[in-house]
Amino acid sequence: MKTDQSVTAERPAGIASLVDPQRPGGPGPVLDVQGLGVRFRLRDATVHAVTDLTLGVHPGELLAVVGESGCGKSVLAHALLGLLPRNATVTGQARLHQLDDGPVDLVTCGERVLAGRVRGRLAGLVPQSPATALNPVRTGRRLIEETLRAHRHTRAEAVGAAERVAAEVGLDVADLDRYPHELSGGMAQRLVTALALAPDPVLLIADEPTSGLDRPLVDHTLDLLRRRCDGGKSVVLITHDLAAAERVADTVAVMYASRVVEHRPARRFFTAPAHPYGAALLDALPDRAFRPVPGHPPMLTALPPGCAFGTRCPYATDVCERQPRLAAYDAGAVACHHPIGAGVVS
Amino acid sequence: MSGTAGQLAAEQVTAGYGRQIVLDRVDLRIGRGETVGLRAASGGGKSTLVRVLALLHRPDRGRVTIDGAPVTGTRYSVPVAVRTRIAVLFQSPRAAADPRLSLADLIAEPLRATRRPDDEIRRRVADLADLVGLTADLLGRRPHAVSDGQLQRACLARALTHRPDYLLCDEATAMLDASTQAHVAAVITDYQRTHRAGVLLVTHDPALMNRWADRVVDLPPSGVVPGRP
Repeated sequence: MKTDQSVTAERPAGIASLVDPQRPGGPGPVLDVQGLGVRFRLRDATVHAVTDLTLGVHPGELLAVVGESGCGKSVLAHALLGLLPRNATVTGQARLHQLDDGPVDLVTCGERVLAGRVRGRLAGLVPQSPATALNPVRTGRRLIEETLRAHRHTRAEAVGAAERVAAEVGLDVADLDRYPHELSGGMAQRLVTALALAPDPVLLIADEPTSGLDRPLVDHTLDLLRRRCDGGKSVVLITHDLAAAERVADTVAVMYASRVVEHRPARRFFTAPAHPYGAALLDALPDRAFRPVPGHPPMLTALPPGCAFGTRCPYATDVCERQPRLAAYDAGAVACHHPIGAGVVS
Repeated sequence: MSGTAGQLAAEQVTAGYGRQIVLDRVDLRIGRGETVGLRAASGGGKSTLVRVLALLHRPDRGRVTIDGAPVTGTRYSVPVAVRTRIAVLFQSPRAAADPRLSLADLIAEPLRATRRPDDEIRRRVADLADLVGLTADLLGRRPHAVSDGQLQRACLARALTHRPDYLLCDEATAMLDASTQAHVAAVITDYQRTHRAGVLLVTHDPALMNRWADRVVDLPPSGVVPGRP
């Protein structure tokens, strides 16, 4: 559908705003990512973990980033917070707004700014594996208080707040005085969520915040994130759980082989996915066809020059040997030469 | 299911850890060829029941029977021919896989443990890898170099090495993406069909339970444990 484009050229400006037509002229995005790339140099290969990624998150928006494991979802979270290992190279731009003195580019601002102003306060992270993210010699209560003290809360404020955030995430107050090794996986998960929520960040990046929780607690955590957004905060929910995304997300970004291939309002995505990969992923759900996506995702060390889904795609043609760009499509954006429903939807 | 032929059963099992009782006089039967869904609250004893049925945890009272015959002992005290009839697939492949072994060695481990000849091991590993959808280049890697989904496929292959009559899946797909989950489920269902295996499915995903289980059993709260989430 899209004509051919040369090298870097123009970037479709403001894809983010295309995704949310209900807010024309509203506040700009809290997070504005443009052409973000992350590579890891290994001894004998280069891992392309994130490629030319453009996304925006608005105030009050809950964006779900979904995709198969190993598609670059978690790397995106770590890149935004400057938590990547030293062999990583980050390119592009990721501007975080709502600072008193203008936006800050998370890619270039440096560790001092990230540590002093961004992490925790402006952009919180719920890390993926709580067991490795908790200091083993502190109780939950100490961890929460320590976090709040680091964010310049007084001791008195910190003491009350620990019990408040614990209650918020559904953690029993009695469990606050346990050490991490005394907590079950689900309790540890709720504790890391409480730690990220305690400083009340403008943007919360939650990387698989519901893993290890049973269904009532999954729903509790999701509803908690939803309420944050309804209160004007923003959340990026990174998850492999499509049902979770469907429950709470405003917008969905589907990642495949390091790229965003579809970025659309959640309702549209779940009822009429545009990218064949998005459609195949939804078909894998147990309450849909329960049919796995055929084939295997490509390795991030050996991505094909054209569409990375081409070899698994039922609609692929010769044109798919050229990389499709993310372009505006039905209230959102899709990176596909043959989006589903093209020519049907007016 | 009539009679006791072709079934794995927990009979009046009471089990726990020290003084804490998690299961109180629980009965559960899994027939050959059927998929039984097991549902309970978090901390409700699902995993303990799986461990009892897998002969990994000794019940305080009650017994486990296979085809009506009681199994005595747990772990290595159970004869190999009996314990290899039951296999388990756990929730976290990271915790269930020796990080020092390549995926090929991981799958071969149960065969080596039973002293099968090398050429048979090679053949079986290749067949099993193919069955679960692991490509040859992945087999030489160790767990840290593969994804959770790939590692869980290897654990599934390992669980199937001795062609178990009963496969116990304890939240085995909870941390997998939708596509990998559907694939693992398809592999298990195919195996079940060809081998007439009984499958126990522990999950708190209602959609998965609906789709996969032939019948669902609710594990009642034991009433002894203070009910905490």
